[in-house]
Amino acid sequence: MNDLHNGQQADAFTTALHGPAPEVKVTKDMVRRGLIVAPLLIVVCGFIWGMHGAYSSAYGIALVLINFALAAALVATTARISLGLMMGAVLFGYLIRLGLILLAVLLVKNSGWISLPALGATIIVSHLGLLVWEMKYVALSLAYPGLKPARP
Amino acid sequence: MEAFAHLVATAADDKATAAASSAGFAYGLAAIGPGIGIGYLVGKSVEAMARQPEAAGMVRTTMFLGIAFTEALALIGFVVFILIGL
Repeated sequence: MNDLHNGQQADAFTTALHGPAPEVKVTKDMVRRGLIVAPLLIVVCGFIWGMHGAYSSAYGIALVLINFALAAALVATTARISLGLMMGAVLFGYLIRLGLILLAVLLVKNSGWISLPALGATIIVSHLGLLVWEMKYVALSLAYPGLKPARP
Repeated sequence: MEAFAHLVATAADDKATAAASSAGFAYGLAAIGPGIGIGYLVGKSVEAMARQPEAAGMVRTTMFLGIAFTEALALIGFVVFILIGL
C-alpha cells in the first residue's frame, strides 16, 4: 500500500481526507430525488396492491433513503479519521446495514398493513432507479466539469 | 384418519421449514458476492486515494456509487428471501 508519490510517503492507514464529503452531497441529491418520485411510486403500488401496497411502498422508500444516508454518514465520518478505518467501516457497515434492513422488515412482516411484494418491488426499483439517476448527473459532472448540469 | 392428518400436517411443516431455510441459505449466498465486490472496490479506491489524494473527491464519489450498485445485488437477494422465506 505504501508508495512514493511526489517525494511523499502515502499510507492508507494514516492518510485522512479532510474537506467536503462528496458522499453527503450525492446522498442529499438522491434523497431529494427520492422524495420527488415517492408519490408516484406510492400511487403505482397502491394501484397494483391496494392501500397495503401504498403503505408498504412508503415504508420501502424510507428504508432505501435511510440506508443511503447511513452509508454516506459512515464513509464521511470515517474518512476524516483514516482511510483504513473507512475501509473497515464500509465493509462492516455493509453487514450492519443489511442486518438493519432485515430487522426493519421482520418488525413489520406480521403487521396488517404490509404487502411484501410491494415492499420488495419498491426497494429494488427505488434503489436502482435513484442510483442510475444520480449516476447520470455524476458522469456528466466528471466528464464535463465546466458545464455543471442543472440539479432537479 | 387422525394419523393421516397428523402426517399431512407434519409434511406441510417440513415443507415450510425447508422453504424458509432454503431462502435463508440463498440470502446468505447472495450476500457473499457483493461482500467480496465491495471489499475489492473499497480496497482499490483506498489505494488510489492514498496514492493521489488530490483526486480523492472523484474517487470517493465513484466509490460510493459503486458500493451502492454492488449492494443492490444483495438487496435483490434479500427481496427474494422476504418473498419466499417470510
